[in-house]
Amino acid sequence: MSEALLQARGLRKSFGALAALDGVDLEVREGETHAIIGPNGAGKTTLINQLSGRQRPDAGRILFAGEDITRLAEPARAKKGFARSFQVTSIYREFTALDNVALAVQAHAGHSFRFWRNARAEPALREPAREVLAEVGLAARADVLAANLSHGEQRQLEIAMALATRPRLLLLDEPVAGMGIEESQRMVAFLATLKGRRTMILVEHDMDAVFSLADRISVLVYGRILATGRPEEIRANPEVRAAYLGEDEAC
Amino acid sequence: MKLAPRTLALVAVLVLFAVVPPLVAAFGQPFYLDLFRRIMIFAIAAVSLNLILGYGGMVSFGHAAYLGIGAYAVGVLAHHGLTSGLVQWALAIGASALVAAAIGAISIRTSGIYFIMITLAFSQMLYYLGVSIEEYGGDDGMRVKTLSQFPAGLDLADPVTFYYLVFALLVLVLWFTNRLVRSRFGMVIRAAKSNEARSRALGFSPYPYRLVAFTIAGAMCGLAGALLVNHTAYLTPEFMNWTRSGELLFMVILGGAGTGAGPVFGAAGLLLLEDLLQGWSLLPQGMRAYWQFWLGLVLVLVVLFARRGLAGLLRGSADE
Repeated sequence: MSEALLQARGLRKSFGALAALDGVDLEVREGETHAIIGPNGAGKTTLINQLSGRQRPDAGRILFAGEDITRLAEPARAKKGFARSFQVTSIYREFTALDNVALAVQAHAGHSFRFWRNARAEPALREPAREVLAEVGLAARADVLAANLSHGEQRQLEIAMALATRPRLLLLDEPVAGMGIEESQRMVAFLATLKGRRTMILVEHDMDAVFSLADRISVLVYGRILATGRPEEIRANPEVRAAYLGEDEAC
Repeated sequence: MKLAPRTLALVAVLVLFAVVPPLVAAFGQPFYLDLFRRIMIFAIAAVSLNLILGYGGMVSFGHAAYLGIGAYAVGVLAHHGLTSGLVQWALAIGASALVAAAIGAISIRTSGIYFIMITLAFSQMLYYLGVSIEEYGGDDGMRVKTLSQFPAGLDLADPVTFYYLVFALLVLVLWFTNRLVRSRFGMVIRAAKSNEARSRALGFSPYPYRLVAFTIAGAMCGLAGALLVNHTAYLTPEFMNWTRSGELLFMVILGGAGTGAGPVFGAAGLLLLEDLLQGWSLLPQGMRAYWQFWLGLVLVLVVLFARRGLAGLLRGSADE
């Protein structure tokens, strides 16, 4: 059994009276694709935000590669190897696709107190960025303003930015949300090519995507992990069916 | 290399600035030498504000503070008999940078309306400090009897020499800022303006970069202050008044925030319009008396219809 890359223990987070996370334990192994599913309002995005460092938990600990990172700020976690996509695509809209990815490369190429050289003429930033754009299939769109890319392309770009940081852990918050069937299939096929090469945490509503990509699934209901297991175990779990899957299939 | 229309317009404006002295001499209108020198000094200040406002997304409502610090550094040293321009200007730039670093260290922790209010509050503090120091003229200000002294050949008392010094410094500041915004450093502050959440998730901590940008902008504006006090030969806390900060904001927005050429267009646009509305004898007296009203109307129209200001009317990338 491979070792845990990320461990969350007893994570709690409340917003006023609402307990979004109510003692979450999670273990993500090196190299696995770990999906987190759950009904709306179960706390999935809150969990991702705790893990990425965007929000601090009220209680609990987060360990990354054995190190306690609970109090580490988001940029510092990114430097340690976290990369994420957001539920609502988060890119630099006023910059070209290539600029976006080059900025991701730059974020992990030492400090940026470099005041003189034109960053857009630096092969050390542009070449790796072009490679990653090609990898996600956006090579031909490199010089297009990110705001002018289609919705699906913007999501691809966001993944490209995450990959350009050479992450040890990818946090994907609903990567196929809002995509058409064809785009969504292309995204799933692309994520499948990353499987095994990257450790991924995948929050997703699209059950086809989840069951085709995940090595293991954790079910989050009302701020608690109801069950964790391989896809077939989760599918067969009566509690999960009652709490979640059944209602989803009914829709 | 093909230049964008916006860059061509900037070059045209700079060429116009360069030929003002001979034209002024030919037509015997020395007033315009004064007006255009003033325009270029404010253009330097506007370029510095644009660095943090247009590229960094930091809406400082207290940028005139650094005009004041630059001016006081020169005026106060001159008052005590130290007239070496190099020393005065170095102190003007250094002191502005230092104060900007201190103000920035606190204000950059806030954002939005709080940032605007905090920068305003700090600059008003400095304004009232200037008002309260009787030694340096209090709120009346004081005449600066000796302009900054430079080695032979550079005499600020000669209007044309001073004019071309300001011109050279404006070109230098434009070039420097253009390099800066295209560097890795510049990309970080522009990215943080565009989408801070994305920047943090990528691993950028915007704070130190913003603070350095804020400090550089303060230093550049301090230089403009040193020029301004030599231009007026008069030191007054009015340089730091919040209305002055508002004028600088007006210039940047009128010209086009986040464009290279915008602040120059804005400074020229505002000051020429001001001059025109106040002095144009063809306008009815009523219009001339209420020129600020018409100026305000222009700003409203620009904000409504030309979102990137005058520069936005011409094609060009954000670097231009």
